[in-house]
Amino acid sequence: MSLLEVRGLSKAFGGVRAVANVTFEVNAGELLALIGPNGAGKSTCFNMLNGQLTPDAGAIAFEGQSITGMKPRQVWRRGVGRTFQITATFSSMTVRENVQVALLSHHGRLKSLFTRACDQFVDEANALLERVGMRPQAERPCSVLAYGDLKRLELAVALANKPRLLLMDEPTAGMAPKERIALMALAADIVRTDNIGVLFTEHDMDVVFAHASRMIVLNRGELIAAGAPAAVRADPEVQRIYLGSRH
Amino acid sequence: MLQISKIHSYYGQAHILTDVSLEVNAGEVVVLLGRNGAGKSTTLKSIIGLVRPASGAVVFAGTRIERLAPYRIARMGLGYVPEERRIFTDLSVLENLEVGRQPPRARAPTWDFEKLGALFPNLREMPDRLGGRMSGGEQQMLTIARTLMGNPACILLDEPSEGVAPVIVDQMAEAIRGLKAAGVAILLSEQNLHFAMEVADRAYIIEKGGIRFEGTMQALSANAEVQAQYLAV
Amino acid sequence: MSPDAFAVQFLNGLASASTLFLIAVGLSLIFGVTRIVNFAHGSFYMLGIFVAYSLVTRIGDSPFGFWVSMLLAALVVAIVGLLVELVLLRRIYQAPELFQLLATFAVVLIVRDATLAIWGPEDLLGPRAPGLKGSVDILGRQFPTYDLVLICIGPAVLAALWFVLTRTRFGVLIRAATQDRDMVGALGVNQAWLFSGVFALGAFLAALGGALQLPREPANLGIDLVAIGEAFVVVVVGGMGSIPGAFLAAFIIAEIKAMCFAIGQTTLFGVSFSFSKLTLVVEFLVMAAVLIWRPWGLMGRPGAATRNAAEIEVPLKPADARTRKLGWVVLIALVLLPLVGTAFPYTIVLSIDILVAVLFATSLHFIMGPGGMHSFGHAAYFGLGAYGAGLLVKQLGWPMEGALAAAPVAAAVGALIFGWFCVRLSGVYLAMLTLAFAQIVWSIAFQWDELTGGSNGIVGLWPAEWLSEKWAYYYLTLTLTVAGVLLLWRVLLAPFGYALRAGRDSPLRADAIGIDVFHTQWMGFVLAGAVCGVAGGLFAFSKGSIAPEAISVGRSIDGLVMVLLGGIQTLSGPVVGAALFTWLQDLIAREFQYWRAALGFTILVLVLAFPLGVAGSIKRLFVKEVA
Repeated sequence: MSLLEVRGLSKAFGGVRAVANVTFEVNAGELLALIGPNGAGKSTCFNMLNGQLTPDAGAIAFEGQSITGMKPRQVWRRGVGRTFQITATFSSMTVRENVQVALLSHHGRLKSLFTRACDQFVDEANALLERVGMRPQAERPCSVLAYGDLKRLELAVALANKPRLLLMDEPTAGMAPKERIALMALAADIVRTDNIGVLFTEHDMDVVFAHASRMIVLNRGELIAAGAPAAVRADPEVQRIYLGSRH
Repeated sequence: MLQISKIHSYYGQAHILTDVSLEVNAGEVVVLLGRNGAGKSTTLKSIIGLVRPASGAVVFAGTRIERLAPYRIARMGLGYVPEERRIFTDLSVLENLEVGRQPPRARAPTWDFEKLGALFPNLREMPDRLGGRMSGGEQQMLTIARTLMGNPACILLDEPSEGVAPVIVDQMAEAIRGLKAAGVAILLSEQNLHFAMEVADRAYIIEKGGIRFEGTMQALSANAEVQAQYLAV
Repeated sequence: MSPDAFAVQFLNGLASASTLFLIAVGLSLIFGVTRIVNFAHGSFYMLGIFVAYSLVTRIGDSPFGFWVSMLLAALVVAIVGLLVELVLLRRIYQAPELFQLLATFAVVLIVRDATLAIWGPEDLLGPRAPGLKGSVDILGRQFPTYDLVLICIGPAVLAALWFVLTRTRFGVLIRAATQDRDMVGALGVNQAWLFSGVFALGAFLAALGGALQLPREPANLGIDLVAIGEAFVVVVVGGMGSIPGAFLAAFIIAEIKAMCFAIGQTTLFGVSFSFSKLTLVVEFLVMAAVLIWRPWGLMGRPGAATRNAAEIEVPLKPADARTRKLGWVVLIALVLLPLVGTAFPYTIVLSIDILVAVLFATSLHFIMGPGGMHSFGHAAYFGLGAYGAGLLVKQLGWPMEGALAAAPVAAAVGALIFGWFCVRLSGVYLAMLTLAFAQIVWSIAFQWDELTGGSNGIVGLWPAEWLSEKWAYYYLTLTLTVAGVLLLWRVLLAPFGYALRAGRDSPLRADAIGIDVFHTQWMGFVLAGAVCGVAGGLFAFSKGSIAPEAISVGRSIDGLVMVLLGGIQTLSGPVVGAALFTWLQDLIAREFQYWRAALGFTILVLVLAFPLGVAGSIKRLFVKEVA
């Protein structure tokens, strides 16, 4: 059984098909890259997987159980973490507090009215920050972080509930080449040690070819290719609509 | 044509640019390379007036412009293409271009829908398409075309290759070469060294808000140390 | 209802729709381009009537003179609008949304007193339009000819605006600026003049709407707030920034009102019910219904109203030793106050008012600041607390203590119901829906004579025997206020408070880490409502009465002013703001006939001098930048 099974996923906006009959799966222990031109339906696809959008048709199963049509917070409770293309963090809190909120939520403690929040799960939060290399910046307000650091913070937040599947929407966009490699190496390391699955979208083909175990290609909402990176790279259709001449 | 000398810029209390100087000559393509957060966008915004430099001088075509409002700078023939594209999604392609339209000026090529169509063939086929209904690549074309409608002598291009498909990156490179051929000077910001190599004549490297390297593209490509230190290649 | 009565009321509705459209469309245009919710728009409407009165009584004898007066009046007000834009708004386009609101509200106060000074307090009834004094026969009933002309003006203005917006460069630029004004500037368009032009155009349309009303209703000083209330409803129902939406909404609301008048007193299911009394709330009911069904208005689009990014906030921290020490000093001073206060009895009275205001403002800050929900109708929960307690004493004979204890319950029940609707929305739409609910509470208090005493309110609400001395009541108020404020602060530093801020900072991320944002905000809304109810109860027993006046839109606005004055980003902000505002208001109102204008100017000075609020600015002086 695959970790995530997606069958016949479809979504239209105002008559325009954004995602049409897309089928794929993600296995534990692999990094699956989802690539395609802007507007191909990658983000729509992602948003359906974590429950932000409800699919028009199709089924999504996580660990054998349907999560189709669930709300994001329910999907998260099942063990699916996510990072966003445009980083989404709590700008009025410190770096550690961002992780603490996720931990409080994971442990079901957010309804508490009188305990002091900033004293709870400090060690666990520090450990997560350590893992993504953000421990030295734990006390800083999240609003002053550099872009690459925000991305790493997001990863720490997404890991707070020990997810078995991680969805990463353009995890390295806006980073320098070395930072990109470092972040994806980190993701690959988490995949190995925790035996989780990662699905990510990416425009930087160096990153994709360096880290993806497999890849799938979307164009105009349809899945046009799937397979090992080398095979997909050689596919003439993929070269024509996406990769261009240089890859 | 464009000289920036010793500008300092702030966002609120944060000191973003320290002592940045650079220049762009007529008909030249200059690239400002650096990582995210290095100060590339702020440099371009400080030139066009969206961020007001606290000190230093910006001279365009012989006139000091660092205290002028963005619209005045744009009217002098200095165009700006933002990183986020900022297309007017509720307006059609033609209306988007209309917003950018300025009278023709001497010593700069004049653009209209026909000529832009030659540069960006996709746009020619969709004059009435709403901006919001276009693909990311098409929007990238439109945002450049819109700025060209102001008949600029020089344009500032903020990260044209960021977040678009590799095919579109190829088309962008093609368009930039076309603009250079037409006689438009270009200052572009980039993190993508390969892309910069394809289009630029000279490069500056910015890191933590200050210029760390300047030289020709040949000099940069020969200098592996600088590449590793500042561009994390 | 007979067909003829129906026809005449329908036409009446159309005539009102024209006026409503003229006010609302200007508001919508201004909001679209400048992103400023212009509270002063009703003032332009009011000025339109007054200026038209002065012109028509001088040169309006001929039809030509009359219509020239109409246009001239609108032009004069357009120039006033232009001045407001040039002198004030231009300085605050970068300021937070709520500060802009506060500034335009200050303009309302100033214009109100200026009008009072120029035209005096009496209602002024203008002459009827020359050449259009007669009426036409509609199914055997008389209908004024002038109103037929008015009916045509609305669609004509719509057509003209439509032409300008789609066929002219100015219109294309307006539409572009509505989306991204900075980009328009970077493309070489002088957006300053674009803004001024749009603002003047909006003022022109509002004033024209006002001037055209002159033959139909008297020029009256209170009409500015009525007009802005109605215009807000129309704009929100139609969709912020949508011009056809404003037209459609004006039509629907005016017709529903007209029909309520037409039906009048009727018997439903054996109960006599007055539909004409319903007219005070019917537009708010329509708005509530529309916003629940379509949260962005009939023809609005999602996201259009929430462009202004929130200010970046410094993380909240538990108070440090120095702040705690300062808190103790203030508290001890407050406890000792009655000792000196016996020499100045008024000090105690004013202090009670201040404490009530502090509790009110702190509860509003709780949902506005950390909750991110900008309530424009916090008076509703104040009113529910006050009236709830009052009714329990008067109708059920409860003792004062029990009634006061029930005040937060009454307010919480109201917040539970209203909040369920409001929390679904955000930004301006949320603000308007909270305002609508507050208006509904207000008009029930105002209209239900038998139960609430109508405009006189409930009188004879006095504290229990042991609290009858002013100092005793002061200590009760002090105790409850301090308890309420500390409770809210504590909750903000608890996990629940973090969840609340998480939902405000990034609903997307909050949802993606398992936070039920809706539920969290809803419960925050209820908690704030309950604490506000205590303030209402304390208020009623301190004054000995509660009347609709005390829970009107004015109180909601006062609350906003207090919170913003103190600074929305600091926990102590609402405390400082409430104290300062109440004290200032008391001082100015006692000393000065034109206290509204004085208050308005004070607000403007504070807004321009302390963009972070008073407490926020002081904090900035003492606390180094965290980075």
